[in-house]
Amino acid sequence: MPILAYREALNQAMSEEMRKDPSIFLMGEEVGFYDGAFKVSKGMLKEFGPMRVVDTPITEAGFTGVGVGAAMVGLRPIIEMMTFNFAILGLDQIINNATKLHSMSGGQLKVPMVFRGPNGSAKRLASQHSQSLESLYCHIPGLKAIAPSTPKDAKGLLKSAIRDNNPVICFEAQALYGTKGEVPDGEYTIPIGKADIKREGKDVTLIAWSKMLLLCLQTADFLAKEGIDAEVVDPRTLRPLDMETILESVKKTHRVVIVEEAWPYGGVSAQISDRIYYGGLDDLDAPIERVCGEDCPIPYAKNLEEAALPSSEKIIAAVKKVLYLK
Amino acid sequence: MPKTKKDKQGHRDQADLHRSLLRTALLIRRFEEKTAEMYALAKIAGFCHLYIGEEAVAVGAIGAAREDDYVITTYRDHGHALARGVEPKRIMAELFGKATGVSKGKGGSMHLFDVSRHFMGGHGIVGGHIALATGMGFAIKYEKRDQVVLCFFGEGAVPTGAFHESLNLAALWRLPVVYICENNRFGMGTPVERSSALYDIAHVARAYDMPFHHLDGMDILESYKHMSQIIKGVRSAKRPIFVEAQTYRYMGHSMSDPAHGHYRTKEEIDAQKSRDPIQQLKQHLLEEKQIDEKAIRLMEEEIDGIVQDAVKFADESPDPPLSSLMDDVYVD
Repeated sequence: MPILAYREALNQAMSEEMRKDPSIFLMGEEVGFYDGAFKVSKGMLKEFGPMRVVDTPITEAGFTGVGVGAAMVGLRPIIEMMTFNFAILGLDQIINNATKLHSMSGGQLKVPMVFRGPNGSAKRLASQHSQSLESLYCHIPGLKAIAPSTPKDAKGLLKSAIRDNNPVICFEAQALYGTKGEVPDGEYTIPIGKADIKREGKDVTLIAWSKMLLLCLQTADFLAKEGIDAEVVDPRTLRPLDMETILESVKKTHRVVIVEEAWPYGGVSAQISDRIYYGGLDDLDAPIERVCGEDCPIPYAKNLEEAALPSSEKIIAAVKKVLYLK
Repeated sequence: MPKTKKDKQGHRDQADLHRSLLRTALLIRRFEEKTAEMYALAKIAGFCHLYIGEEAVAVGAIGAAREDDYVITTYRDHGHALARGVEPKRIMAELFGKATGVSKGKGGSMHLFDVSRHFMGGHGIVGGHIALATGMGFAIKYEKRDQVVLCFFGEGAVPTGAFHESLNLAALWRLPVVYICENNRFGMGTPVERSSALYDIAHVARAYDMPFHHLDGMDILESYKHMSQIIKGVRSAKRPIFVEAQTYRYMGHSMSDPAHGHYRTKEEIDAQKSRDPIQQLKQHLLEEKQIDEKAIRLMEEEIDGIVQDAVKFADESPDPPLSSLMDDVYVD
C-alpha cells in the first residue's frame, strides 16, 4: 500500500469525488491560488479551475452561508475553515441554517455539504488559535461529525462525508497534516458512524480521536513496558457514536479512560462516558476516568501550554487509577 | 399586445395584468386579516408577523419575476408566499401547526417553504438568510443558468455582518441576486434613525460598487414596473442590484406588539394608510376603466371564499402525528 501524508489523503478524497461529481466544489480562504493554508488543496485549483476551487475573502459568515445556500439548490459544497476558531464566525450559518432547513421545511430542503479544517492546539498558538471545539458541534441535531486520526481514515471518511446528504463537520488537526500512513490503492470509503479498534488489548480501554488517538497509541507502548495491555478505540465519528464497538471493548477490559483535548465541561468524552454508564455499567470494574484539556484558555508559554493539554503522564496516571495501581 | 395572446405570466393585456396584481394584493390583505383573527382565537400561536401595508413590495417584485426565479425572505413571509402562488390553505394549515401545512407543521408562521415553487423560506435570524440568497446566486452562476434570486429583508438587517459580507461577495463574484430592502421604518420598535448611520439606506450599496434603486413600496404598479426592469437587468447583466423599497407596516412588529402607542403614534399610521397600496390601485383601475365596482366586489367575494376555505381546511386538518417528531432531522 502507498504511504501518504494525512493532507495528501484529504486531497485525494476531495479530488477523486470532484472528478466524479461536477456539483462538488471547494470554497474557503487561500484554498486556490495559495494551494491551501496547510496545503491540503495543493494542485486543485490547477486541476479544477477557479469556479470549483474558490478563493474567498476573510468572510466566514459570508462564505459559510453561501455554501449552505448553494447546497439548498442542489450543489455539494466543501467549505474549508482555515481553523475551527475562525469557523465560529460562520456558526450562525451552520447552527441556525444548515442544521434546521431540512426539518423546518418539512423535509423539502436538503443541505448536503462538508465543513472541514483543523481543530485544536498546534504548539504555542495561544488562546484564540488553539481551541478544540467539537463538543459545540456534536451538541446539534442535524449535524454529523467525523474526526479521523490516520491518513487512511481521513480519506475514507471524508469521501463518505462528501457523499452524505447531510451537513458533516470534519475535524482535522494541524499536527496531523504531516503524519504519514498506509492508504489503500483505489476506491474505498469508511462509513460514518463506525469506530475502529486501533490497538487490541485486554487490561484497559483507551478511547480517543484525532491527534489524541496518536497520543494514546504512544502511551499504550509505554504502558506495555509496565505490563499493562491497553486497547485503543478510535470512534472516528463523534456523531453518531458507534457505542456498540465501544461497549464491546468495555465488556472485554472492564476499565475505561477517555482522552479528549477539549475542555472537560460538557465535552464529547462526557457524552461517551454517559453512554457507557448507561449501556455498560455492569461491565465496569472502576469508575471511568476522563483526561481532558485543563479548564482554562490555552496559554502561550511552553510549560503552561504543555500543562494545559493531555499528556502521556496524565493518561498513565488515569490508567493506573482505573486499575487501582499505585 | 393583441388581446388573444397571453404574456409569460398568462395575462391577456395590461388591464388583465393589473387586475391580477390587485387580486394578489387583496388575497394577502384578507388572508392576513383572517390570520390576526385566528391568532386572537389562539388557533395560531408563537411569533406571527403580518405584512399588512407592505403588500406592494412582494406583489410587484414577485409578480415581475419568472416562476423559476428563487424567492427567499424573512419571518414576515405570508405575503411573499401568497404572491409566489403557494396554496393559501396549506399556508393557513402551517400557521395552525397542522400536518397538512407546507412545512408539515414544523415551521409555523415564520418558516413557510414551498421548494416546488422555488419559495425558499421564511427565515428567523435577521440577516442570516441574505447569505443563503447569495449562495443560491452562486449556484446559478456555477451551473450557468439564467435565473435570478429575489432576496427580501427589512432595513433592520442592514447593520448585520451577514448582510455586508453577502453584498461584498455578490458584487465581487457578480452573482444574479436582487437584494430588496423592505424599509418599513422600524426594526421592531427601533426607528431607522436610531439604528442606521446611513440616512439613505440604498447608499449602502455604494460601498460594494453595486447599483441601487429607490422604490415606492406603497405603489403596486410602480413596484411591478420597476422590478420588471430591475430583474431583466440583473438577468442580462448577471450582477447584483440593491433595491430599497420605502414601505410601512400598519400592524405591530408581531402579534404581541401593539400597532401604536409605544414607539409611534396613531396619527403616523393613519397618515401612511392614506397611501394604502390596495386603495390606490383600486382607484387607479376604476379611473382607467380597467375594472368596475361590480368586478371588485366579485373579486373580494372570491377571495373571502378562498380564505374561508383555507381556515376550514386548516381547522379540519390533523395535528402532525407524534411519530413525525424525529422525521427529517437527518436525510436518510
